Amino acid sequence: MKSKPLKTEKEPYVATTDSCKQCAPLGACLAFKGVEGSVPFLHGSQGCATYMRRYVISHFREPLDIASSSLGEKHAIYGGGPNLKLGLKNVMAKYHCGLIGVATTCLTETIGDDTPRLVKEFRNEFADELECHGNPSIVNVSTPSYAGSHVDGFHSAVRAIVDQLASNVQAVENTLNLFPGFVSPADIRYLKEIVHDFGINPVVLPDISETLDGPAAAEYEKIPSGGTPIASIKGMGTALSSIEFGRCLANSMSAANVLEDRFNVRSRRLGTPIGLRETDIFMDALEEVTCRETPVKYELERGRLVDSYVDGHKYISGKKAVIYGDPDMVVALASFLTEIGIKPVLCATGAKSQLFKTAIKAVTEEILDEIPKILDDVDFYDIEETAEELKPDVLIGSSKGYKLSRKWNIPLIRLGFPIHDRFGAQRICQLGYKGTQDLFDMIVNAVIQAKQDRSPIGYTYI
Amino acid sequence: MTNTIFAERKDQVHRKGEEPFQMACDKESLAGAVSQRACVFCGSRVVLYPITDALHLVHGPIGCAVYTWDIRGALSSGLELHRHSYSTDLQESDVIFGGEDKLYRALTQLIDRINPKAAFVYSTCIVGIIGDDLAGVCRKVEREKGIPVIPVESEGFKGNKRAGYNAACRAMFQLVGTASTDDISPLSVNILGDFNLAGEIWIVREYLERMGVHVVANITGDGRVDDLRRAHGAALNLVQCSGSTIDLAKMMEEKYGVPFLRVSYFGVEDMADSLYKIADFFKDVDPQVMERTKALVRDELSELYPKLKEYRKALEGKKAAIYVGGAFKAFSLVKAFRHLGMTVELVGSQTGTEEDYKELHEITDPGTIIVDDSNPLELSSFLQEKDVDIFVGGVKERPIAYKLGVGFCDHNHERKEALEGFVGMLNFAKEVYSTVMSPVWRFTPRKRALYSKALETDVCHEIKAIEN
Repeated sequence: MKSKPLKTEKEPYVATTDSCKQCAPLGACLAFKGVEGSVPFLHGSQGCATYMRRYVISHFREPLDIASSSLGEKHAIYGGGPNLKLGLKNVMAKYHCGLIGVATTCLTETIGDDTPRLVKEFRNEFADELECHGNPSIVNVSTPSYAGSHVDGFHSAVRAIVDQLASNVQAVENTLNLFPGFVSPADIRYLKEIVHDFGINPVVLPDISETLDGPAAAEYEKIPSGGTPIASIKGMGTALSSIEFGRCLANSMSAANVLEDRFNVRSRRLGTPIGLRETDIFMDALEEVTCRETPVKYELERGRLVDSYVDGHKYISGKKAVIYGDPDMVVALASFLTEIGIKPVLCATGAKSQLFKTAIKAVTEEILDEIPKILDDVDFYDIEETAEELKPDVLIGSSKGYKLSRKWNIPLIRLGFPIHDRFGAQRICQLGYKGTQDLFDMIVNAVIQAKQDRSPIGYTYI
Repeated sequence: MTNTIFAERKDQVHRKGEEPFQMACDKESLAGAVSQRACVFCGSRVVLYPITDALHLVHGPIGCAVYTWDIRGALSSGLELHRHSYSTDLQESDVIFGGEDKLYRALTQLIDRINPKAAFVYSTCIVGIIGDDLAGVCRKVEREKGIPVIPVESEGFKGNKRAGYNAACRAMFQLVGTASTDDISPLSVNILGDFNLAGEIWIVREYLERMGVHVVANITGDGRVDDLRRAHGAALNLVQCSGSTIDLAKMMEEKYGVPFLRVSYFGVEDMADSLYKIADFFKDVDPQVMERTKALVRDELSELYPKLKEYRKALEGKKAAIYVGGAFKAFSLVKAFRHLGMTVELVGSQTGTEEDYKELHEITDPGTIIVDDSNPLELSSFLQEKDVDIFVGGVKERPIAYKLGVGFCDHNHERKEALEGFVGMLNFAKEVYSTVMSPVWRFTPRKRALYSKALETDVCHEIKAIEN
C-alpha cells in the first residue's frame, strides 16, 4: 500500500511582495551623509543615485546630493573605471568636499570593477588635482545590492570610514566614540547632549543631525554643514572608549571592533537605548567610561518616565503590537513594549539576521511568559499573513505598514525609515529617557484615541 | 554663476537673447554631475505602472522594486495590483548561477496568487549582465498560464529614461491587436500619455464624453489590459506627454493606420486647443461634435475665469522657475504661468529633444534660462540669480526650493492635486497661490531683510493704552 505523502509546510513565496527593506547602497549613502563635507558617490548606473535621493528626500525633506558614475552600455562592457575617475574629478571640482564616499552597486560588482584599485589609481593619476582641491579623503565600500539590505550597507560604510581613516597619530582629548546606527537627526542631537553632560566629547559617527536636518539658508550650501569632522574620525584611535548600539550587529560589521583590534580602544556593544532598561545600560556605560555619576537632569527624566509608566499603564495593559523595521530598532522596541505591558506579538524585519531572534529573546524573556513570534527576511505579505491571526491592537514601524493599519483599522505609530506619509520624521526622538517618554506618550495616546474613536459615547474625559 | 556649470555642460544651458539659439541635449549624463535623471528601468516603470490589472514583476535586486513601490499617485477605478511591489529580489547565488529559475517560480506563483490579466517582467541592470533569458522564461510561463507575459527590456544602464519609454511602448505594443474591435464607435480615441494622477484622466474622459467621443483605452492611467488589446480599433490616438508614449502611437499608426494627435490637458489654451483639434478631426463623422465642444469650452471657461481672476490679481508679476521630466509639460506650464500674469525665468527638462528646446526658446521671454539635464548646483544657483517666487518640479527639486525660501509646486507624478483640464488650471492657480502668497517666506534668511518690521518688542505700552 502506498503511504500517504507527508503533509508538507506551505512552499514559501519566491518573490518579494512589498519589501520591508531597501538595498545596501542606500544605507551606505546615509552613513556617508553623516561625515562633514562629504558627498556620497554611487559607482553604477545613474538611476540608482536618483531613486535613492528621491526615496530619502521624501523622508528627511532635505536636499540630498548623491553623485553617480552614470555608467552607460559601453562602460558596462569595457569597465566603469574611466567614468568613476571622471566622476570623482567632477565632484571634487564642484563640491570642494572633504570626503567622497564611494559605494558600489550590483552593476559594478557584477561587471567586475575592482573599485578599491580604481580609487587607488585615481589617487596616483590625479594627485595634483587632489592637492589643488584640498586633498579630500576617498572612502570606498563594497555594497552589491544583491547581498544584504540597507542595514548592512549602512554598517559596512561606517566600518569602512573607520577602517580607512581612523588612526592614533593625532591624539584627541577626552573623547568617546559613539556609533549609534541608523537613528534620526533628533536622536543624534540628544545623544550628543547626553555625552557632553557627562563631561566628555562625543565623536558620533555618522552624525546626520545637521546634514539631514539643517536650518533655512540664504545661500545654497553645496554640502550642508555638520557631520562628523574628518579630523575627529582620524583621532578615533585615541578615544577613551567606543560605545556602539546594536544587539544585532555582527562582529564582522562592527566599526568599534576595528578600533579595539587596531588601537586598543575598549569597545562596548549595547542595545539601542529605547525604554528604561536599555537606557539604564547606556547611562551605566557612560558612568563607567567617565567615572562620573549620571547628571541630575537625566535622573529627573528617568523619574518622570517611571512615573508616566505608572500613570499610563492601564490604558495599554495587555495590548498587542506588531513591530517591524530594521533589526536593532525592532529589538529595542520589543524591549520597551515588554516593560510597559504591551505584548509584541510579532517582531519582524526585512533584513536577514541570525542575531535577531536571540536578541529579541534576550530583551523580552525576563518579563514575558511567552516569546513573541520572531521573523527575519520577511516582506509585508509575510507580515500580513502572520499578523492577521494575531489580531494586533497597534502597529509600530515605517509608513509602509499603513495599508495594514487601514485594512485592520488599528493605529500605526510611525517610527524608523521610511516615513513618507507624515511630517517631521527627522525630528522624532525615540532614544534615551526623553525619547522613550515621547514614544510612550504617543503610544498611550494612540490607544486612547482608537478607543475614543470607536466609542459611540464620544468621551471627552478619559 | 558660470563657475557652477561644468565645461562639458555649457552647451546644455542657454540664456535667451544672449546669443543665437543652439542647445545640446539627449546626451548621456555627465559622471559626477548629480543629474536629476533616473534610468531606463525608471522610464519603463513609470509608463507601465498605472496598468492596474497587470502583474508588474521587477527581475533584479530589491532596490529597483522598492524605490518604485506605490510612488505614483496613479488612481484606479478597479483593481489596484499596480500599487504593490513585486520583485525577484536577486541574491548573490542567483547572480552567480543565473536567475531564470527563480524568475520562473516567482512568476508562476504570483500569477496563481493574484490572477492578473497579464504580466510585465522588467529587466534591470544586473539581468542585462548575467544574461538571463527573460523572453524565454516569459514565453514558457505565457504558455503554461494562458495570459500574456511580456518582457520589458529596461536594463538601467542601456540609455536614459527615454530608452525606457521606448521599451515600455514596445511591451504594450505586444498587447495591442490581440482582441476584437467589434462595437467600437467611429468617434473613438485612446488616451496616451496620461497617468491618471489625482484622477486626471477621469476629467479628460468626462470632457470627451460630453463631446460625444468614446474612449477605448486609457494608456496608461487607470489602464486595463483588455482595453489595450483592442486599442487598435480606436479612430484616433491622443498623445500627451512628449516622450513617453509617442513611440506606441507611431507603431500603431504604421501597423494599424491609427493616426495620432499631440495634445496637452494642462492650462486653459492647451486644453481648449486640444479639444478643438479632436473635434476638428471628427467633424466629418459627426458634424455636431464641434458645436458640442464649443459649448463645453464656453461653459467651463465661464465658470473658471472669474475664479482665476482673483488669483491672478495676487500673483501678477511674480516669477517662476520650471524643471520637469519631459519638455512637453513645460510648454503648457509656460503658458499657464503667463495666464496668471507671472513670468518664467527658468525652464528646463531632464529629457527634452532639440525640437522641444527650440519650441521653448520660441515661447519664452528674453533672459529666460533654458536648461537640459540640470543638477542641484545649477538649479540652486539659477533660483538665487533669478530670485524667483516659485519653483515647479518634483520631489528631488522640492528641498532645493524650500531650503532657499522659494515656493514650490509639485507637478510630477507624486502630486495629489489634479492639474489637468479647466478645473486643473484652477487647482494649479490655487497651488501656486498657496505657496507664493504664504506668510512664511518673510522669516527665511533670503527674504528677512525685506520685512524689517517685526512685532512690538514690548507690549506694556499697548496694554496700558487699552486699559486706560
